[in-house]
Amino acid sequence: MASLIGYYSLIIGFSISFLIIFFSIKNLSKSKLDNKIIFSVFFQFFFVSLSFLGLVQSFISSDFSNETVFNHSHTTVPTFYKISGAWGNHEGSLLLWLLVLTLFIFLFLLRSNDQPKKYRILTLLFQQIIIVGFFVFLIKTSSPFNYIFPIPNEGLGLNPILQDPALAIHPPILYLGYVGSSIIFSSALAAVVTNYISSSWAKHIKKWILTSWIFLTLGILLGSIWAYYELGWGGFWFWDPVENVSLMPWLALITLLHCTLVLEKKQILTSWVVILSIATFTLSMCGTFLVRSGILNSVHTFANDPERGLYILIFLFILVFLSIFIFLFFYKSEKTTTNSFFWLSKETSILINNWFMMYFLSVVLIGTTYPIFLEVLSSEKISVGPPFYNKLIIPFLVPFLLAMAIGPKLKWIKSELENKLNLILFLIISLLLSTFIIRNLDINFLINTILVTSAFYLFLITLKDFFSKKFKNLSQNLAHFSFSLLILSILFNNFLSTEIITNLKINETYENDALKINFEGIEQRDEQNFKAIIGKFVIEHNGGQTDIMQPELRIYNQPNIITSEADIKTTLYKDKFMTMNSVQNQEYFNIRYQVKPFMIWIWLSTFLISLSGLIGFFKKRYEN
Amino acid sequence: MRTKIFPISLIIIVSVIFVIFYKGLQNSNIYEPQIGNQKNIPVFIAKAFETEEIFKSEDIFEGDKFYLMNIWSSWCAPCRDEHKFLLNLSNQKNLKIIGLNYKDKKKNATNFLNELNNPYDFIFSDTDGTIAIEWGAYGVPESFLLYKNKIVKKIIGPIDQNSLLEIKELIQ
Repeated sequence: MASLIGYYSLIIGFSISFLIIFFSIKNLSKSKLDNKIIFSVFFQFFFVSLSFLGLVQSFISSDFSNETVFNHSHTTVPTFYKISGAWGNHEGSLLLWLLVLTLFIFLFLLRSNDQPKKYRILTLLFQQIIIVGFFVFLIKTSSPFNYIFPIPNEGLGLNPILQDPALAIHPPILYLGYVGSSIIFSSALAAVVTNYISSSWAKHIKKWILTSWIFLTLGILLGSIWAYYELGWGGFWFWDPVENVSLMPWLALITLLHCTLVLEKKQILTSWVVILSIATFTLSMCGTFLVRSGILNSVHTFANDPERGLYILIFLFILVFLSIFIFLFFYKSEKTTTNSFFWLSKETSILINNWFMMYFLSVVLIGTTYPIFLEVLSSEKISVGPPFYNKLIIPFLVPFLLAMAIGPKLKWIKSELENKLNLILFLIISLLLSTFIIRNLDINFLINTILVTSAFYLFLITLKDFFSKKFKNLSQNLAHFSFSLLILSILFNNFLSTEIITNLKINETYENDALKINFEGIEQRDEQNFKAIIGKFVIEHNGGQTDIMQPELRIYNQPNIITSEADIKTTLYKDKFMTMNSVQNQEYFNIRYQVKPFMIWIWLSTFLISLSGLIGFFKKRYEN
Repeated sequence: MRTKIFPISLIIIVSVIFVIFYKGLQNSNIYEPQIGNQKNIPVFIAKAFETEEIFKSEDIFEGDKFYLMNIWSSWCAPCRDEHKFLLNLSNQKNLKIIGLNYKDKKKNATNFLNELNNPYDFIFSDTDGTIAIEWGAYGVPESFLLYKNKIVKKIIGPIDQNSLLEIKELIQ
């Protein structure tokens, strides 16, 4: 029943699209925005929500006549995960995507009253093109409401690694970020057509950029935390294709944000803003294509259905060609302002920042797509891993971090460096500090000292600004500060991590210079839909301090999958992380014990980065 | 003229990317390890299982015949399962079966052969497992079909009915 309502609401929502397009085109020449349009946009949102709720209800009531529910749920799955299972699959997640699309365009119309009417209508039209594309995609290739007969008694179950609180909210948050970029895309195109790329547009679109950037940051953070404790990989970033495709729009968005700041103040960098707005959404779509079509192997490859891949590919390129067409035919480059930049000014430093960002973006883009190109052109298979990214990105972080420290101190148009002595003094302090630290560590001295120095430099300068500037520019300062904190935590995490991998039987002991791991035993526990095997390990450190670690193996009944749950002891200084894996046909277990310093600071600083976005979002509204 | 070069090249580049992604979609993305089956088999020196004399691998593998090199062990349960297929293959006139006794005790291995019969024409001992590593074996059991010092076919895991038929077909 709920599925039926869901299906028909989806069809109604789809038909409303044509109504909206019809009303909008009729309304183009009029002077006032027709209320019918806002109502139909609301009803489209309403019906898509209804459709989504229908799917959620089918999941809650375990209605196995629905193919999606049958494939991704089971009666023994806890209710919370039944609900999150609704978007833990290809079909449901696309419906969620569509829901966010319709929600955002509705909010956009409500919140853009002060903008020119033609621009609003055109944004709506471009957004409807995207929405229609997704409707067709959803209904034709991946309907979440397919009926199966005879009705199965039991579902196939939800993949156990998705049964996790962080992952239950990861897709909705991430989608708010991805889909938010669709508004930026449509409104940039509309602004180009109506020749409205101006500082008032920049002011208005900045909120949308901030919104999607905040959600994208949080979404990536959640995914990263999940991979850390659930996949048992014991790290925070693996340069997996799916991580890369979320990082690319993130980089584009943050660059775009800085460009709109310049546009708002100075009416320059307009082509940057337009191209980046287009690029952000294109990269999000490209990411969807890469991970959903099965062209790359990834944890998010739900289904390797070539038809779906082909559809997204065609849709993606229609959008790309449309935006190229609009850009080439309508875009008029800035005439009034000259393009001369004084070398020492805020806009120059932002431009430098842009080029660095573009460089990072290209590295990630090439690393992710190059294997595909190579395979098609020469049928050679390669895999691009962390060493590639580390070697190409890390050295360039040094000037980037220094620019991040000095850039905000500059003024618009033309400036002098004030407090030169202060800046140099801080550089010397950070140099001494990092020399002192790195000397005591057994790592490559030169490159690491330079890296740590630049990170400390940004850290100290921004820290000082908290006191000297108080609440002026708080969001910018907090963002730069948290970024330095993130880089520092990542660096020291890398320098100081230790790992022990060994095989142990029950009652065996592993011993090295620093510690003793004693495998005391295992106990079993039955849960609602899995059986847990909990190991008990006593770790005696040489200092006499002991830890008890209890990593878990979970044997899920439906589908029959074993997952390993890490036991993590988190403190402010370090995480102790232990996983245990069973080895087939053997009585010993494979044990991984890692000490990872400053893990919590990586999460915390990323959270602070998105918090700074939030502060920026509200501060601007207050000022207006 | 100059202004047209940019749009045209942009469109060409985007179209090329489209074609490549389209082609990429049709490729399978399942990773298959490349087994270097065109290389000559590794040369090694090892003790014969029964006589404990030292043999060179070249003395055993002659050019023009089919050989099945089978890595086995008495402690390996799947080896028992595949044994009947090996016995079946040992009746083939144009195939010689060479065993590589992997990390095993001679007493246990002899008992194993006495119990299940011996399909091998010749057996090498690989007490420390290094020869199996040279051959790039993943584990026991594993079998390599050889012809003219080249690996024709590699069977990872026990031989079953299907691989039996395939071997018989290959050696015809």
